[in-house]
Amino acid sequence: MTAVLNSVTRADNADNSLDIERIRQDFPILHQNIRGKPLVYLDNAASCQKPWVVIDAIRQVYECDYSNIHRGVHTLSERSTAAYEGTRKKVQQFINAESEKEIVFLRGTTEAINLVAQTFGKTNIGKDDEILITTMEHHSNIVPWQLLCEQTGAELKVGPINKKGELLVDDFKAMVSDRTKLISIAHMSNALGTINPVKELIAFAHGRDIPVLLDGAQAIPHMAVDVQALDCDFYAFSGHKLYGPSGIGVLYGKAELLEGMPPYQSGGDMIRRVTFEKTEYSPIPYKFEAGTPNIADTIAFGVALDYLNGLGMDTIAEYEYRLLQYATEKADAIPELTVLGTAKDKGGILSFVLENIHPHDIGTVLDHHGIAVRAGHHCAMPVMDFFDVAATTRASFAVYNTFAEIDVLMEEIKQLIKVFSR
Amino acid sequence: MIDELRDLYQEVIFDHNRNPRNFRVMDDANRKVEGYNPLCGDKLTLYLKVEEGVIKDASFQGSGCAISTASVSLMTDVVKNLHEKEAHEQFQILHKITTGNEDVKLEEIGKLAVLAGVRQYPARVKCATLAWHTLETALQNKETSVTTE
Repeated sequence: MTAVLNSVTRADNADNSLDIERIRQDFPILHQNIRGKPLVYLDNAASCQKPWVVIDAIRQVYECDYSNIHRGVHTLSERSTAAYEGTRKKVQQFINAESEKEIVFLRGTTEAINLVAQTFGKTNIGKDDEILITTMEHHSNIVPWQLLCEQTGAELKVGPINKKGELLVDDFKAMVSDRTKLISIAHMSNALGTINPVKELIAFAHGRDIPVLLDGAQAIPHMAVDVQALDCDFYAFSGHKLYGPSGIGVLYGKAELLEGMPPYQSGGDMIRRVTFEKTEYSPIPYKFEAGTPNIADTIAFGVALDYLNGLGMDTIAEYEYRLLQYATEKADAIPELTVLGTAKDKGGILSFVLENIHPHDIGTVLDHHGIAVRAGHHCAMPVMDFFDVAATTRASFAVYNTFAEIDVLMEEIKQLIKVFSR
Repeated sequence: MIDELRDLYQEVIFDHNRNPRNFRVMDDANRKVEGYNPLCGDKLTLYLKVEEGVIKDASFQGSGCAISTASVSLMTDVVKNLHEKEAHEQFQILHKITTGNEDVKLEEIGKLAVLAGVRQYPARVKCATLAWHTLETALQNKETSVTTE
């Protein structure tokens, strides 16, 4: 985290560089009542809301510029192709990749990790080899590796965490061996908010020639990501958690790795020349982009990145960190509430349990007060098992959330504790 | 609490949630089935003692939300001393009132009426029905686990 502000003691939106009320005006969905109360949207880690510019961009594509890409010589196809490839350039700049060739467009983080498992994994990982992950992974960074292990006879190893939800770095490093062929870890945990010390782990892995994939789905909305500075080999993330449309995501991969990987799916647009005897594949990244892609949403995703650049990712990180600190202080003052995930380095996620009140009951009652939170296992059942809970309630923050909204959340939590304890 | 929420969280629901009935392992059960809702992690084990087609005893263990706990607690009370066929009819009534597809006169169905509130909450219907699907499996004498999916 780039900025640490030690104490936020009052509800205050004042921020030197972000006008949150103005930002809120950019998001039309926020201005509605849910069951008679103003919407308080705190389910951003599941998916966040979209600014007007993104919504308008989708409409603009279909109204004015839409056609299939990489095919026609006509004007609309050229426009769509230019805008679609324009997003690739924007993504490259957003994560500071060395080249646009390293940006593969997919449906989302899940597909990106599956791609690496089924191409890089199948080529480079065999019987008795090991893949190392952590206890705090989302199912999408567990199951693709289990499937690969079933297919190849490789073994999945899981690095331990402590009760704060922090990775036990020394234990994790001790699990690395000659058999470790890939490390795949969350940059930030979706269930706990923990930000992992990925730079240190990548340097350690590279000292042993082990490539590292970062699941960036949760991290990238909350901080500036520089894949060259991190030196990660793969970085996977989704557009819909980054203020863009759903159905578009990115796999970043170092060019030399992507070039050595076989195609994922096959069909149109990923070939250079097809005969019935042999097919030559397109160069990267097109080798991995078979079929007509999600054209309009990809173009709108580029607009979402422009919007975020306008606000500044470091500024967003600083503001969200203040929100998290404020929410944590308020939560800690409620005796019946226990926060799960108290890592030293943490992003804007507050996962908690209440004594004797099930998260689904909490979620339903909060919804009646207009508050949207996630109640469940957050697709991270091993994390739930580790903390010995079936589920948690999770409030997750975005740049458009306010300190006043956190006050509403905490007040309603106190009320529902009263109702359920009578 | 807001009045509309009262339809879902009636006092009876709170009461069964705080003090679940028949919450115990049954050593002499001759039917034992596990129910699981993967969406929320609710788990329960249902025990039945069925003799000559009559449910002589019913109990459960497990953890879940207020709705699912109240539902299974109520159910173990309701089905005790019913014939298997009658228990199946109770399952059908519960299914009707929670999905709301057919008109059921709530005043005629006794204790189960308190669970009718879930039909306004599509995401919560499975909380109320998990126990009953588990019961259906137990009545069919299948030694297995049930999920809501």
